[in-house]
Amino acid sequence: MPDERLDVESLHLWRGDRHVLRGVCFSLASGECLQVTGPNGSGKTSLLRTVCGLMYPEAGRVLWEGRDVRSDLRTFHCALVYLGHEPPLKADLSARENLRYWIGVRHRVGAAALEDALERVGASPWCERLVRTLSAGQRRRVALAGLALSMVPLWLLDEPTTNLDTEGQQLVGSLIGEQLARGGMVLAAVHHELPATVRDLRRLELAA
Amino acid sequence: MTWTWFHRLGSPPYVYALAARLTPWFAWPAALLIIGGLWGGLVLAPPDYQQGDGFRIIYVHAPSAWMSLMVYTTMAVAAAVGLIWRIKVAHAVAASCAPIGASFTFAALVTGALWGEPMWGTYWEWDPRLTSELILLFLYLGYMGLRAGLEDTQRADRASAVLAVVGVVNVPIIHYSVTWWNSLHQAPSVMRLAKPTMAASMLVPLLLMLLGFTLFFGAVLLVRLRGEVLNRERSASWIREIVNA
Amino acid sequence: MSGYGSPAAGVVAQAAPLARQATVWAGSHQAPLLDAARLALARDLQLAFRKRGQLVQPLAFFAMVTMLFPLAISPELARLREIAPGVLWAGALLASLLALEFLFRDDAYDGTLEQYALSGQSLTWLIFAKTAAHWLLTGLPLALMAPLAALSLGVSDAAVPGIVASVAVGSVALSLIGSIGAALTLGIKRSGALLSLLTLPLSLPVLIFGARATQLAISGGPLLAPLELLAALAVLGVTLAPLAAAAAVRISLE
Repeated sequence: MPDERLDVESLHLWRGDRHVLRGVCFSLASGECLQVTGPNGSGKTSLLRTVCGLMYPEAGRVLWEGRDVRSDLRTFHCALVYLGHEPPLKADLSARENLRYWIGVRHRVGAAALEDALERVGASPWCERLVRTLSAGQRRRVALAGLALSMVPLWLLDEPTTNLDTEGQQLVGSLIGEQLARGGMVLAAVHHELPATVRDLRRLELAA
Repeated sequence: MTWTWFHRLGSPPYVYALAARLTPWFAWPAALLIIGGLWGGLVLAPPDYQQGDGFRIIYVHAPSAWMSLMVYTTMAVAAAVGLIWRIKVAHAVAASCAPIGASFTFAALVTGALWGEPMWGTYWEWDPRLTSELILLFLYLGYMGLRAGLEDTQRADRASAVLAVVGVVNVPIIHYSVTWWNSLHQAPSVMRLAKPTMAASMLVPLLLMLLGFTLFFGAVLLVRLRGEVLNRERSASWIREIVNA
Repeated sequence: MSGYGSPAAGVVAQAAPLARQATVWAGSHQAPLLDAARLALARDLQLAFRKRGQLVQPLAFFAMVTMLFPLAISPELARLREIAPGVLWAGALLASLLALEFLFRDDAYDGTLEQYALSGQSLTWLIFAKTAAHWLLTGLPLALMAPLAALSLGVSDAAVPGIVASVAVGSVALSLIGSIGAALTLGIKRSGALLSLLTLPLSLPVLIFGARATQLAISGGPLLAPLELLAALAVLGVTLAPLAAAAAVRISLE
């Protein structure tokens, strides 16, 4: 089995007249975490969306295990999970139902694993409630449960600590730590530094 | 290296210059052919034994109707090329086609209605051709509406390209179903628009007009394409060089 | 599962030997495509039943459109029977159009479509599952309600099976064609009018064949031919429309 490895080669992305990504390069190997920082509008979200293949760069390539991801986007998507600004949750479903549908579309999830993940993020007491009644921080925790269930090599996280209390931020730190320990990799766009518990942190600063 | 021309066609400055150079090659022959065709159709050709001089509107109606379909096909092909190979100039071509095609469709509808008055005694008859033409106008309007609704040019390009391709798959289905529908309800006495045979003195001007309209479309397309490219590349350095020179 | 505050270093020490084993990502066995599609379908159905009020809206709209014609034209059943196919099909077309706006909008807004596109599953199949859910929630109820509307227009009850069949088959095609328009207009505010402008011209063949089948059902003629044409349109829609709609969804995510 080849080592998982992500290489990003001089990405250029234009949005209308704006040159959003100007030759972004980096690589990420097993067990590494890259923290992308930069002011608002510097292209953090665009970088994440370009790496996962939602956006199409004008120039540059994204390589997964040495192969251009455009040649087999589906395989690449099987190996990654992307968590955007907003947790992908339905207001009219309960936290547990949301998790079951969201992760279940990707891979088989046992009931026990589901409960474990909810327990892990401290969601067990309120996992039967409709998401519309939950606070922003609680929704974020449901999203983290989805992350805990995603046993895939590459995590792309957009502002994972938004709306979380101190304990919740520690939780993000330990989830990332476990992912790295498994040999996975994490690419996180953040405003606030990731919790200090994340070791081997590399930084990429995008200019405005 | 046989593909060099294909790649060069993807470069906006090249296309901008090429369009400028080609325009007169389309515009002048188009003008000559249309003048010749009109002269032949309106002056030289004999009046029709049934419709008298009324039939002469065919020299505008038939080429317009023909162009309305041809422009839609051109638009869909350009859109598909842009969608598959991600060539921005192809999207610019598709975007330039739409208003031209809609104008031809509108012209075909108006001339059809004017022709209907002497023929059927009414300006609008639910004739299969006119009905198909009306639906085609809605397809054009939908395409332009979608482009106008999407603010981001790239999204507008790609989304409207999907619509154009879906539309071109549907055009034959729509035409067939409308013809089928009409054959169920039509009173047998209605005259058909096309004559099986046509005297050469009537046919030749019509062919001249067809060719003239096609070249005219080419000329207008090239002019619109230059405008479209200028607008899209307004912040590019090569445009600044042209403007400053 | 130790305390959340524990430093990750301990975890690293324990788990590092695992990192080279091929079984590390064993938990990530991709779900079979059909399971994923079934789950996407079940999700939309469950969501719809949570908001039952919205389910009734297209049906109420359909009933109201049907009611307009006797009031606007004449209460004479003989005349109404004559225009019944047109009334039924125009009503069904508009009612299915009304529901289309909601097909993808919420999912685009909350990021579900994004997750579908990145799920590693075929987006075409997931979109097809969503469209199937849409048909089950609007097309099928419309087909079941069409006979009621027809009876109120003076149609004899012998025509009921033919009407149900033609609306059921035709609405499959309508849902599929509509899914393309709904996906293309994602991200446009107040897209209702544009959605109709895109969808109606493409739906006209369905209207033509459907109304003809209904007409034959009412007059007792052989309605197999138009019904087969409707089915052909539905089959064409099943094969092509999800592809186009998935492409449009992907474009909306760019």
